Order: sequence, then C-alpha cells, then structure tokens
Amino acid sequence: MAKTLVKKRLEVLKTYKIYIGGQFPRTESGRYYIATNKKGENLANVCLGSRKDFRDAAVSARNAFGGWSGRAAFNRGQILYRIAEMLEGRKAQFIDELIKQDSTKAQAENEVNLCIDRLIYYSGWCDKFQQLFSSVNPVASSHFNFSVPEPTGVVAAIAPQNDSLLGLVSVIAPIIAGGNTGIILASASKPLCAVTFAEVLNSSDLPGGVVNILTGKVAELVPFFADHMDVNATVYCETDAATQKMIKEKASLNVKRVVLYDKVKWASSSGQSPYFIMDLQEIKTTWHPIENIGGTKAGY
Amino acid sequence: MATKKNNTIKLKFDSARNLAPAPESKSAAKIDPQYDLFINGKFEKPQSKKYFATINPATEEKLSMIAEANTADVNKAVTAARTAYDKTWKKMPPAERAKYIYRIARMIQERAREFAIIETLDGGKPIRESRDFDVPTAANHFFYYAGWADKLEYAFPNRRATPLGVAGQIIPWNFPLLMAAWKIAPALACGNTVVLKPAESTSLTALKLAEIIQEADLPPGVVNIITGAGATGAAIVNHADINKIAFTGSTEVGKIIQRAIAGTNKKATLELGGKAANIIFDDAPLDQAVEGVINGIFFNQGHVCCAGSRLYVQESVFKEVVRKLKDRLETLIVGDPMDKNTDIGAINSKAQLDIINKYIKIGQQEGAEMYQSSCAIPWKGFYCRPTIFTNVAQSNRIAQEEIFGPVLAIQSFRTDDEVIEKANNTPYGLSAGVWTDKGSKIFNLTTKLRAGVIWANTFNKFDPTSPFGGYKESGYGREGGLHGLSAYINLTTL
Repeated sequence: MAKTLVKKRLEVLKTYKIYIGGQFPRTESGRYYIATNKKGENLANVCLGSRKDFRDAAVSARNAFGGWSGRAAFNRGQILYRIAEMLEGRKAQFIDELIKQDSTKAQAENEVNLCIDRLIYYSGWCDKFQQLFSSVNPVASSHFNFSVPEPTGVVAAIAPQNDSLLGLVSVIAPIIAGGNTGIILASASKPLCAVTFAEVLNSSDLPGGVVNILTGKVAELVPFFADHMDVNATVYCETDAATQKMIKEKASLNVKRVVLYDKVKWASSSGQSPYFIMDLQEIKTTWHPIENIGGTKAGY
Repeated sequence: MATKKNNTIKLKFDSARNLAPAPESKSAAKIDPQYDLFINGKFEKPQSKKYFATINPATEEKLSMIAEANTADVNKAVTAARTAYDKTWKKMPPAERAKYIYRIARMIQERAREFAIIETLDGGKPIRESRDFDVPTAANHFFYYAGWADKLEYAFPNRRATPLGVAGQIIPWNFPLLMAAWKIAPALACGNTVVLKPAESTSLTALKLAEIIQEADLPPGVVNIITGAGATGAAIVNHADINKIAFTGSTEVGKIIQRAIAGTNKKATLELGGKAANIIFDDAPLDQAVEGVINGIFFNQGHVCCAGSRLYVQESVFKEVVRKLKDRLETLIVGDPMDKNTDIGAINSKAQLDIINKYIKIGQQEGAEMYQSSCAIPWKGFYCRPTIFTNVAQSNRIAQEEIFGPVLAIQSFRTDDEVIEKANNTPYGLSAGVWTDKGSKIFNLTTKLRAGVIWANTFNKFDPTSPFGGYKESGYGREGGLHGLSAYINLTTL
C-alpha cells in the first residue's frame, strides 16, 4: 500500500519568488511570467517584478549598507566562504535547474563548479584588496595622510542574461566582497537558479537586504536601476548600445557611477579579479597633523 | 591688550586692520593686451574672430582681451592633439616624457612670482595665497607626476597601463593655475595629449602656462589651451575625437556633461560641488579648531569646492566657539588682494557676488541669525564681508546648497551618531573635518563620514601625493597621488 502511494506521489512544484530584505515575497504587482526552455516547455511561473519591488529592494539595500560595510573585512570573507559552502551542498539542485534551462549535464556541472570557486576566490579578496589599493601618501607638510578604498554604497546591477548562474555570482561577489549592498536583476530567460541562489544566500549568514534579487523584464526595470536617487552605482552586463546610453543618461541625475561589463567573458579567468571589486569602491583620503615638538632630530 | 572674559582671553584687535599696506608690485608680471589660442604649439588668432575682456575683480579694471574659441577652433585643437598623440607623444620613451614634465615644473618655479601676481590680479585671491599655495602647489604637481611617467608598470598590479588618447579638460575659476596643473600633469605623464579650457574669468595664468609649454619645447599639439565660455566647453565635451573628459566645476554642469557623453565611449572624471561638514567636539583644542574653521570657510573667499561651509559644534562648547569665531572674524583683513596682509580678497566675479548675496538674503529670510565682520570693504570691486549664520536648521537652503563664498552655517549637536547623520545628510560627499582630542573618536568619524577627503584636526590641506575627489554627487574619479593615475589610463591584462 505504502509503495504504491509513493510511486503515485505528486511532485511538489517550487514557487519562484523574489528576494528582498532577506525575505521571499511575491512581486507586489501580482504579475508573473512563464519561464520556458528552448523547446517552449513551461518550467515555472516567475515573478514579473515591478518598479515598486525595485524601490522596496533599494530601501532594504540602503538599510543594510551601514551594517554590512561596517563588518570586519574578515567577517565578510567568512560569509562569502559560507555562501560557497552552501552552494557546494546544493550543487545537485543547481545542476538540475541549469539542465532544465537547456544546459548539458557537463556544462551545468562546470558552471556550478566555477561559481563555487569564484565565491571562494572573492572570499579571499575581502580582507586583501584594501591593502593592495591603499596608499600612505608622503605629503610635504607635517601630516600623516593615507588613502583607502571604501564601498560606493547601494549598487543596482543587471546581471548577464546568458550566463544565468555564473553571471549572477560573478556580479554579486565583487559587490558584496567590497562592502556594498545590491539589487540584482536576474536573467529574464533563465531565472530559476537565480531564485534558488537567493535561498543559498539566505542560509549563509548574509544579513537580509545585503543582496536583493529581482526577476522580470529587463527593458521594463532597467530605467529604475539607473534613475533611483538612493542608488550609488549601476552595473550593466549587456551590449545593447541604446540601453547603455539610457543608463548613463539617467545615472547623471545623481552622478551615479556606471559600470559596463559588455566584453567580459565570465567563464574565463579574466572574469574575476580584484579590479571588479575596485570598480565599485571610492577612495577616501584622511589627513592628520603630526606634532613636531622637540625638533626634527631623532632622540635615539 | 587682553581682557579676561568667560574663562577665555578676548583679544582686542582694534589695530589689526591698520597694518601699513604691503602691496606686491604689478611690475614683476607682464600681461599682454590680447591673448590668442594656444594650438599646436603656436598662439593663433581665433577663427571666431571674437575676443572678450578679462577684468581684475578687485578693481573692475580690464586686464586683457582673451580669444573666444568656437567649434572650428576646438576642432583644430583636437586635431592637433590627436596628431601629436599618434605621431609623437604615445611613441616617446616614458622617461623622455617625464623630462618634459619636469621641465615645465621647473619653469613654473622660476617664474613663480609672476604667476602669483597674475593669478591674484585676474582672480582676486590674496597674493599671500597665490604666492604660498596656488603656484608652488601647481609646480609640485607637475614635479610629482613627471616621475610617474616611466613607473606606471609598478602602479597597477598584474595590469598594463596604456594611455587613453586625447583628453578634454575643463577647469574652474577658483584655482586657475593649480587646476590646470592637476589636469595636465597626470594626463601627460600617462601618455595622453590635452585640450584644456580655463574658465572665462580666469584665463591668464593658463595662457602664461602655455608660454612656458612653448618655451619648454614640448612637441606641438601635446598641450593645447583654448579659451572661451560655456559654449567652448560644450564643443570640447561633444567632440567625437576626444577620449576623456576631465571636469572640475559645479554639480549642475557635471550632470549635464555626464548626460552629454552618455552615448559615447568617453571616460570621465568629475570633481564637482561640496557642502563639507566641519565638526567640533567638546574635547577639541578650541583655538586650533576655530583657526581651522576660519581657514576652512574663508580660504580663497570660500570659493573652494571642499570648503567647510557647514559647522557642527557640540552643544557644551557651542557658545564659546561661536564667540571665538566672531572675535576671529573681526581680525580678518578684507580688501586689496595684492596687499600681502590681506586675508580675504575679492569675490571672483560680479555674477558670483550676486549668488553669494542672494544666499545671504535667503539665510536671513529662513530665520537664521547673521553675523558679519564690521570691516570696511573697498567701494570698487567685488567684495563680501565674512559671514556666519547661527540658528540654522538642517533643512535651510544655506545648510543644504553650495554657496561658494565666505558664508558659514553653524548648527549644534549632542551625540556622535547625531552629527554623523547630519553631516552625511547631503547629496554631496567631497570633504569633511573633525576636531577632537580623542583618537578613537577621530577614526569613528573619519570612517563613517561619506566623503572623499577627511581632515582630522586640520582642514583644507592639499598635496600632489594626496588623492582628491568626491563621493556621491561630488563627482567621481580622483586627482592627485597614485590613485589619480587611474583617470588617464586603460588597464589591460598582461
């Protein structure tokens, strides 16, 4: 009796929701679209995110910024490492989803492995890039003067549309390794593993709001990623010239930094480097006088 | 004579402004009656055939006539820069490039006095500042970046640095020669060629620099200096054969530039406006802090993008600090910029004086309490008394908007968190100042203030080795130091 029950057991389908402030709400718009594979088979109903979703995510990202940027760099490294651990543990699920989204098994395995390794790579950078890109400046006056990188703030990023998981991870990792918080728009055609990756983030001690992941139409949402007045930088990974221009124009409203990754090959070794972290850093220079009582000769 | 009051010494400064005049001589500087455009190593008449007058804002007397470059002139300058880039500059061994830049530095030093005089005559800043700050710092900037030219492979780990090409550079009127140095020196060191436009009210020292560049035998076209107003700047920004725009000026114009180059591959660095918070805690050495505040807001008549124009004073020392500030205000010598005793010179232009006066009126209308120095100011020329406002609300326009003049808005605070929030509550993020005797408090503040330059127990210090630039709407990119190189290079993998 039990055996037949199990055989006939109906599969529980997963609801793919968006990820804002450490929670998984449905889009406030109530809209959805159907993600399909190349054959046109339905994979899932996915949230068709709205402007209001973006604004909610921006509030969450801003609220999370102080805490995340204030964490010890070592702690951020530990959390990125934890994300990698969680991803390793759920590898099978991601491979399964990538295959559903038209990857071959070998491709899917390779992509997930690359993602895990990339997270480890950036985990290591969390407490090192500052040393590489800081300077003590030998000013001519009697001051101690140094420059250090600090996170730009809230970053809105449109993830690569084709490298659905690797692109997403490659964009998110340098944002958060550098202490920024972000709102990421997942690949519209391959959104499944983006939502599942949000579950990985949610179980990795990453504070809610540090990464917010939306799904939806790029054309509809891009303007908000570029013109929101409480976003400090916009990242765009596609080659569409008209969209690039529109992002740069709207970014001028509050002098956003615009970072275009239109020539990056994410699967290659050039798809990772500390320069991706530095693209979303500001340089802060601090001065303090040096007292010079007692003359300039050393006393010993 | 000193009298005791409120536990601090109040000095009598009745005689302070009666120092005998110590005027610098104009005769050490030569200003031609007319200046042409410096294109391809030669001074050329503008194709526009137009010239405009540049005046001494301290006397309103005409100093010279300056050529107005039109689009055809800009095209010519960009062509010269492109040709020089392709044929000469990018091919030159970096060590040779360096020697040209060193040569420029040395020649500025040699003619420092002349530069200082012209800077003061044309812009209105006190001769003491142009002599001791603007000109030597400009020369040092060339000297510093010259040395980078043949060392770029050490600057960017695991990357090769290559020049961008032709840089279009637009600079403001507050530090004319120094801003030219900040723009030209790193661009040349990194192997780029330059088309630079000074502000229309202060073209003279840039044109004098062009003379030096000519004398230094820099290959023709490597540096082109063209003069004009906004339309000339727009022609540079919109020119199709320019690879990089470097702009220092208002946030308003910076946004227009960012928008204008949106559809292009031009890179940009923008050094825009500011509304810096200067914060005094109750444990600060108050006399030093007051000096820092005075220097922070009245240096260069307050025409400084990183000026400490918002003062936050901890409540327990608020009254004392304000009184000390008022006392100090009375001692500032306002007047002839050519007098070596002068602290505050002339406002750069009539237009800027109108803006400052508008804000002084707005401050009073918003209910803030105004205090101005009682000093006399010359009846001719553009002058503004040093002004402080108390009883200011965070939402007041004088506490939110950049005035770019000698006007300080003072507020009080109680806790560290409160003042951090107030200081950061602005779209700007260029600079900030902190005054306290406690080291751990300094670092709490300096890490939490969202600004590119933080001065702790000092203010308005600059150095060629020290990166300068803003967060948020104060712009992006850095000028100065190792980080200033990034503005003029492409990075490629090895």
